[in-house]
Amino acid sequence: MSAAAVNPTADVRIGYATYLGDTSLILAQRLSEWVGHAPALEEDLALANISLDLLGQARYLLSYAGELEGKGRSEDTLAFLRDPSDYTNLALVEQPNVDFGQTIVRQFLIDAWQLVLFEQLQSSTEPRVAELAAKALKETRYHYRFSAGWMVRLGDGTEESHQRVQAGLDELWKFTSELFAPGGADEAAAHAGIAPDPAALRTAWLANVEPVLQEATLKRPPDVNYRWFGKRRQHTDHLSHLLAEMQFMQRTYPGAQW
Amino acid sequence: MDQQRKQWPLYEVFIRARSGLEHKHVGSIHAVDARMAVEHARDVYTRRQEGVSIWVVKSSDITASDPGDAEALFEPAKDKIYRHPTFYAIPDEVKNL
Amino acid sequence: MYTQGLDSLGAEALHQPTDAATLEQRFQSKVDADERIEPKDWMPDAYRHTLIRQISQHAHSEIVGMLPEGNWITRAPSLRRKAVLIAKVQDEGGHGMYLYSAAETLGISRDEMIEQLLAGTAKYSSIFNYPTPTWADVGAIGWLVDGAAIMNQIPICRCSYGPYARAMVRICKEESFHQRQGFEIMMTLARGTPEQFRMAQDALNRWWWPSLMMFGPNDATSKHTAQSMRWKIKRFTNDELRQKFVDITVPQAEYLGLKVPDPELRWDEATQHYVHGPIDWKEFEDVLKGNGPCNRQRLEARRQAHEEGRWVREAALAHAEKQRARETRAA
Repeated sequence: MSAAAVNPTADVRIGYATYLGDTSLILAQRLSEWVGHAPALEEDLALANISLDLLGQARYLLSYAGELEGKGRSEDTLAFLRDPSDYTNLALVEQPNVDFGQTIVRQFLIDAWQLVLFEQLQSSTEPRVAELAAKALKETRYHYRFSAGWMVRLGDGTEESHQRVQAGLDELWKFTSELFAPGGADEAAAHAGIAPDPAALRTAWLANVEPVLQEATLKRPPDVNYRWFGKRRQHTDHLSHLLAEMQFMQRTYPGAQW
Repeated sequence: MDQQRKQWPLYEVFIRARSGLEHKHVGSIHAVDARMAVEHARDVYTRRQEGVSIWVVKSSDITASDPGDAEALFEPAKDKIYRHPTFYAIPDEVKNL
Repeated sequence: MYTQGLDSLGAEALHQPTDAATLEQRFQSKVDADERIEPKDWMPDAYRHTLIRQISQHAHSEIVGMLPEGNWITRAPSLRRKAVLIAKVQDEGGHGMYLYSAAETLGISRDEMIEQLLAGTAKYSSIFNYPTPTWADVGAIGWLVDGAAIMNQIPICRCSYGPYARAMVRICKEESFHQRQGFEIMMTLARGTPEQFRMAQDALNRWWWPSLMMFGPNDATSKHTAQSMRWKIKRFTNDELRQKFVDITVPQAEYLGLKVPDPELRWDEATQHYVHGPIDWKEFEDVLKGNGPCNRQRLEARRQAHEEGRWVREAALAHAEKQRARETRAA
């Protein structure tokens, strides 16, 4: 990480924690939809486990963001009472599950990214972020092992599984440009020296992704110039449906304790 | 091979709770190969920090003694009480024995 | 050890063959002496079949039981409640797995048991055929349904069949947080806003009687009880457990400030037990027969998951076969 050119302002730190927290939260929510419906009981437990890990990351980060903000907003206030247009999660994680194949693709692409990101964030000058990264890195190593394993089993399994996972990959690839794009809280955090430059993560990410695609006999889709980024609050239609469901109780019974 | 009828093989799971203890049999899971079996065993049997080490063995690889042979296998050891320290009468005054 | 296909030390048995009557007598003596029966031990066919039926029903109940509460995971009203609920439902999946594992030691495969469930020929606890229309239902299920389940399960930790008893010990250890989280939810609601209180009372009204029915028919009409007790698969009767549940739970409801929906409920000083009103066994039969509010929906959900997951399970097997073939060629 480059030396801090500018001292990180509260806004930069809040923005970064929120961006990471939102991303983990929305992905946790998507995975939680699988509980009770997975292809095998063992996978039910595996997906629930990943969801719990991500939810833990989200709670830590959003609590921290609320603390930094100092306006009394808790992890729940931020999760349940912010509008979709105030969420800054990566658009990739709000994409629907569709089937197990697309779920695995989405998970794999994020795991490969979190693996690189958390490794570097362990040495962030933000102690709380560094602490989160150290713990999350262990979780992510297991998530990556799980999702990469399934990419290979499905990519190099049957004709049907190959087609389904290739279709998922073709559909989701365009959302990966956001992981490394400018204009979000991650770029601001990089300028302030508390996080790596998003663009600089790409090579390492590809090193985590390409060998697995190859072993899975999958074709890497062509890169496209997709420009609608969740981290710039440009969400797809999926987020508002997801949040309508997630936020229902708190919106319907304002002020109640749960 | 009719894929429709084929199921994931059964694996027995053994967990070592802490360094210094031996692996204990805790149950079974289904998986297609050993690598998946370790992951499934981890997800099912170590959610409450119950282990530091996992062994998985395909159930079909386990050979068990026949309970019907129990008498012949285990009873003969019953009367060899001289294998136990309590068989020997050592006076109390003798130390360190 | 655990599959029928496992061999012992071969065809040359070290023992003399014994007649059925002697084997049966030895078996019953073991059971009477509170010794455990293990997977490859001789056992009467009826014992084996009763166990397969009971254990698989129990396993199916855990799996189907993931659905009524799973219904609220995406709508849990706080992140903490969401995490707790995911962990609880995950546990239930795990419990189903421990139980399928135990049943598999008796010579039936998990696939066969699942097929029976999805075909509608296997039973599971009727309590899971009720809907969960509000968040308070999640609390009520944890408090009442898990409470009743714990009452049923603790005695089974000492049942005669080793793998079943050991699975139950594991389950009971994990179950302790399930009931506590349910009660905690009810407490939060009962102490909350008027709407939350109403939600809690409404859930109690709907789950009380089905929870009592969980213990099964009255002893007089229960078919399997006598034999199951002789074999120490069942350690207490339905009515005994039901009475214990009522005695423990009514004070908890009083603590919450909620009213048990039974106008005939009263404390009997002489017997030191609560006396409760009559159970509507017609409702129990209807639900058991498949005409409860959610029977079809529950099975449909499981069928769908199974069908939609078929290509995944097959792909994993296909990949494993390819790997083995490659390794063989390379060797």
